[in-house]
Amino acid sequence: MSNSTIGNRLSKKRNSVQSHYDRPNTLNSGHRACQGCGEALAARCAIDAAYHAAKGNIAIVNATGCLEVFSCVFPENAWNVPWMHSLFGNAPSVATGVAAAMQVQGKNVRVIAQGGDGATTDIGMGTLSGMFERNDDVLYICYDNQAYMNTGVQRSSATPVLARTATTLPNSIYSGNELGTGKNVPEIAIAHGIPYVATASIANIKDLEEKVAKAINIKGAKYVHIHVPCPLGWGYPTSETIKIARAAVECGMFPLFEAENGKIVGSTPIETVKPVEEYLRLQRRFAHLFGKNANPQAVEELQKIASANIEKYKLSGGIVNV
Amino acid sequence: MLFQLEGSQAVARAVALCRPKIVCAYPITPQTHIVEGLGELVRSKKLENCEYINVESEMAALSVAIGSEAAGVRSYTATSSQGLLYMMEAVYNASGLELPIVMTLGNRAIGSPINIWNDHTDAMSVRDSGWIMLFAETNQEAVDLHIQAFKIAEKAKCPVMVCVDGFILTHAYERVDLPSQKEVDEFLPDYEPHISLDTEHPTAIGTMVPPEYFMEVRYLAHKRQIDTLPVVECVGTQFKEKFGRKSGGLLHEYNLEKAETVIVTMGSVAGTIKDTVDELNANGSKLGVLSIVSYRPFPKEAIREALKNAKEVIVLEKAFAVGIGGILHQEIALALQDLGIAIHSVIAGLGGRAITSEMIREYFNNKKHDNMVFLGLKEDVIDREYRPIKNSECNNKF
Repeated sequence: MSNSTIGNRLSKKRNSVQSHYDRPNTLNSGHRACQGCGEALAARCAIDAAYHAAKGNIAIVNATGCLEVFSCVFPENAWNVPWMHSLFGNAPSVATGVAAAMQVQGKNVRVIAQGGDGATTDIGMGTLSGMFERNDDVLYICYDNQAYMNTGVQRSSATPVLARTATTLPNSIYSGNELGTGKNVPEIAIAHGIPYVATASIANIKDLEEKVAKAINIKGAKYVHIHVPCPLGWGYPTSETIKIARAAVECGMFPLFEAENGKIVGSTPIETVKPVEEYLRLQRRFAHLFGKNANPQAVEELQKIASANIEKYKLSGGIVNV
Repeated sequence: MLFQLEGSQAVARAVALCRPKIVCAYPITPQTHIVEGLGELVRSKKLENCEYINVESEMAALSVAIGSEAAGVRSYTATSSQGLLYMMEAVYNASGLELPIVMTLGNRAIGSPINIWNDHTDAMSVRDSGWIMLFAETNQEAVDLHIQAFKIAEKAKCPVMVCVDGFILTHAYERVDLPSQKEVDEFLPDYEPHISLDTEHPTAIGTMVPPEYFMEVRYLAHKRQIDTLPVVECVGTQFKEKFGRKSGGLLHEYNLEKAETVIVTMGSVAGTIKDTVDELNANGSKLGVLSIVSYRPFPKEAIREALKNAKEVIVLEKAFAVGIGGILHQEIALALQDLGIAIHSVIAGLGGRAITSEMIREYFNNKKHDNMVFLGLKEDVIDREYRPIKNSECNNKF
C-alpha cells in the first residue's frame, strides 16, 4: 500500500473504485453535507468500495448524526442502496437484526452499520460491544470527526486531548479537552478478538477502499475506524480537508493499521514523519496552544502521543504491510 | 390439546407456534421464563428456521427486532418494567417505523424503590408510544392473544405488546389449551413484509421528517390506530370461529345487562373481581365487570356503549399518574363524558400488593366512593412517614 491518494490511473490494478467510470455512487450528489465534509467523502468512498466488493449486495444501518441528517431528509434520499436509520445508540443492534434476518432468509446481503464517533465511542458503545462479542456478521464503520458535530461541536470520548470544543473551551484555567481522557475504540475492538479491525484515512483513499473491501466479505464482526476532518468543527478552510487528514497520518496522531483475530497484523509506515505542530497549526481547535498565550508543554504532550503511536504501531518502517 | 403449564411456558409455546424467525432474549424478572422457554424450543429444533439471539440489554433486544423486522422477517421479544424503560427510545421507534413486532410485557412495577412484583406502571409508561396494547386476563387468554397479536400487528402494520401480569400469570401453573401447529398455520398466514431492506429496490427507512410533514405522519399514525379497532375485534371473532373460545376482542363484559354499578379493570384481577361480584350479587347487589383487552387502540365508543346504562362506574387499576391520579380512570371519564355517570377511582395492587375479594367487599361496604381510593393502604404507615413540606413563604392556594 502506498500513500498515493487516488491511485495511478494508468495502472488498472492501482485504480481506486472512485476513479473508475463505473463507480456506484452509493451516496449520491445533492445531499446536505457542508462543503469540504470529510465524513461525506469517507462514506461515499467506503460504501462504494463495499458495494463494489459485495457486488451490490449490501444494506446499511445508519446511526443518528451528521451523516444521517445530511443524506436523508424526507422527501429526499441520497442513498442508492437499502438504508435505514433507527436511533443514535442502537445501530450495531439493528444491524445484528438485519444480518440475522438476511441469514435466516438465505439472502446473501452484507450488512454495514455506520455512525460518527459520538454514536460509536459514546452512546452506542454498549450495543457495539455486544455486536462484537457475539461476532455478528456486520461491518461497523466509524467516521471519526472527533466531536459531536451535528449538535454543534461538543466533546466526545474521541475528542483529542487539548482540543477546543464547545464544551471544552480553553480559558486561563483550562487548555481545551483535558489530558488523560479519551477512548481508543479500534484497540477496544481488537480486544474483542473479532476477525478484522482497521483504521483508515480519507487522505489515503486506495488504502481505505482496500480495507473496506476486505472487511465486507469476511464472515463475522468487522470494525473500520476512519479519520474524517470537519471544517466547521476543527476550524479550517473547506479546501483543506485532505491536507489535514494527511497531516494527522504523517505526524502519527492517526496511525493506520490492521488487526485480525485480536492481533495487529500490519500498519502503513509514514514515509517522512512530520512534527505534530504542523498538524495542529492548521486547525483553529488547537489555536489556543500557539500565539500570544502559547502553551509549548501542551504541544509537547500531543507530540508524545504521536511519538508513542509511531513506536507502538511501528509506523517508521518497522513492520511491512501484510 | 390440554396441558398443565406455567404461564411463561405456555406463552413461549404459543409464540413458537407463530413461527417467528428472530427471537431476541434478555433476562428480566418476571418475563425471563418466556425467553428461556423459547431458547429451549429453538435449541431442541422444535422451533425451526429461527435465530435466537442473546443480546446485552433490552435496548439491544428491541433494536435487533427492529432490524430483523425491517429486513422482512417475523420477530419477537419480551421484557418487563425497567427493561421496558431501558428500551423506551426503541419502543417509539418501532411503532414510528410501522414494524409489526410482537413483544410480551410481563407486567411489573417500576422503581425506585426497586420492586419485582406485578402492577401496570410499566405498561402505562408506554401508553402513548403508538403500540397496540392487549391485556390478558388468564393464562389461556395470554396464549390466545399472542397468536392473535401477530395477525393484528401484521394487518395493522403496527407493533403489538401483549401485557401479561407478572407472577400472577407468568408464574402460575394452569390448564391451558394449546392449538396444534396446523391450526395456527391455518389461522396465521406467512408474514409478508410491507417494507423491507431490498437490494433490488433500495429504499430508505427511518428518514428525518421535517416540520412540513411531521404533523401528517403523526396524524396518520393516530388514524391507523383508530382503524385498528375493528381489526382487533375481527381477529378475536376469527379466533373464536377457528378455536371455539372467546379470547381477545376489545372488551370482556360480565353481567352488564342488570348492573347498576360496573367495575372497569384490566388484566388478571378481573377474575378476582368477577368472583367477588358473584358473591355480592347473590346477596342483592347489582354489580357488573368490564375488563378492557384492547387498551390501545382505546375502544372509546365500545366502552361508552357497554357502560351507558350504568349508574356508577368504579375504575380499578394497578397504576396511577403521580400528581394527578388514576390513568385508566381519566380515559374512562373521557369515554363517558356527558353521560352523567358517577366515576370513581380505585388504585390497587401496586408493587404486587395482593388484591383480595375481602378488600373489594370492604370497599363496597364503606360506600364512600367519591375520592380516589388506594385499596388496602396502610394508614398507620402513612401517618408515621408523612412529612408536610415546610412552606411558610408561599400561600398554599392549591
